Amino acid sequence: MSRTPPRPRAENPPRPASSAPPAQDSRDTPVLRAKDLVKTHHGEGAPARAVRGVDLSVRRGEFVAVTGPSGAGKSTLLHLLGGLQRQDSGSIWLDGMCTDRFSEARWATERRRRIGIVFQFFNLVSNLSVADNVELPALLAGVSPKQARAEREQLLDELGLQGKERSMPGELSGGEQQRVALARALVNHPPLLLADEPAGSLDSKGTREVTRLLTRFHQRGQTILLVTHDARLASAADRVISFFDGRIADDAELDRVPPRGTGLGISGVLELKD
Amino acid sequence: MRLPLLALLARGSAHGYELKQDLEQLLGAAYPQPNVGQIYVTLGRLEKSGLIEGEEVEQASRPNKKIYHLTDAGREALRAWYEETADEPRVRDEFFMKLALAPQTGLADQIALINKQRRQYLNTMRELSKLAATENRDNRISQLLIEGAMLHLQADLDWLERCQEELEELE
Repeated sequence: MSRTPPRPRAENPPRPASSAPPAQDSRDTPVLRAKDLVKTHHGEGAPARAVRGVDLSVRRGEFVAVTGPSGAGKSTLLHLLGGLQRQDSGSIWLDGMCTDRFSEARWATERRRRIGIVFQFFNLVSNLSVADNVELPALLAGVSPKQARAEREQLLDELGLQGKERSMPGELSGGEQQRVALARALVNHPPLLLADEPAGSLDSKGTREVTRLLTRFHQRGQTILLVTHDARLASAADRVISFFDGRIADDAELDRVPPRGTGLGISGVLELKD
Repeated sequence: MRLPLLALLARGSAHGYELKQDLEQLLGAAYPQPNVGQIYVTLGRLEKSGLIEGEEVEQASRPNKKIYHLTDAGREALRAWYEETADEPRVRDEFFMKLALAPQTGLADQIALINKQRRQYLNTMRELSKLAATENRDNRISQLLIEGAMLHLQADLDWLERCQEELEELE
């Protein structure tokens, strides 16, 4: 997958087959790649094999949803991919760089620079204002206070949170808190956004809102990997991976599936029958 | 579409094309291509069964149009419609029979069947999301119809997931 040669550009005619392999074009390196990932939880009782040999590659600009029943291991998979948990075996590459030897500190740095994460329960810092929650990761990444502030203002505006800068997270609705969490995750322009059940504690309206925002950021080129049990949210992605019992059961690109056979599509499900 | 047309006529008389426009306005983009031919056919049947009556109206430079109104029997039929509750939606019985019989035929793998069906549902779900996004947000009836379709599909997808969990355990 990462071995495919770069697409020829207009000013760059295809090379003859005999020439040396072209240098890797960074745009064709997967943002994220995993090979043979395995993770077993050792709690009370029998060991739970949460992730059982997963290969996965996410291209730049892709929006991928991982769905499956609760307990299938999809959250564990996302935690491995964000370095929040360590795999028992297998490897993960970020932008082509192998993370096998990353320390905890290195992962923490990558989670500020390369990976933004949003969680089901928002995980905002409860005694910091909305503005500080969003600016903090920028400041930690070494951005100037002025720049951090500008980034924060732009993101909050975009997410419809004008006037909430001084609010504390506890004063906001779930949907608003998730939008703050999204601003925090995106403030450093990470190439990859990971989202773990981002609508899991939201009502139907909040779910629609999160879906709409993720779609909008994706349309602007944000690469997203989302874990959800909500099919409505998953269908916003252009690729849906079905995860069962620690393994990938299906990996489907939406809108690119062979003709839908006898399916009636939307007119079939909306039609008023006599 | 018989009873919805009767319901539209409860307000006053109208001709076929007006009824099509009323339906379009009520249901917005969620109403897939209202077919005026189908409306005329249904109106003809309703007239035959005495639930509505049509009256030819002459037009200056066009063919006559027929304006319909409810009869007493029609109003009664409508009242009865509102008295009843609607039937429950059905589990996709065709897919279920395919799935249940697959092992005996040796022609299809159950998990592959589920995966194929899921892809189709997800694509339809995606189209519905797009439709909801493009449809006027203020048309609540239309938005509710789309949301209803999405929730039904979500239930079907959840059920496919259950089938897959159970059947994978057997493998």
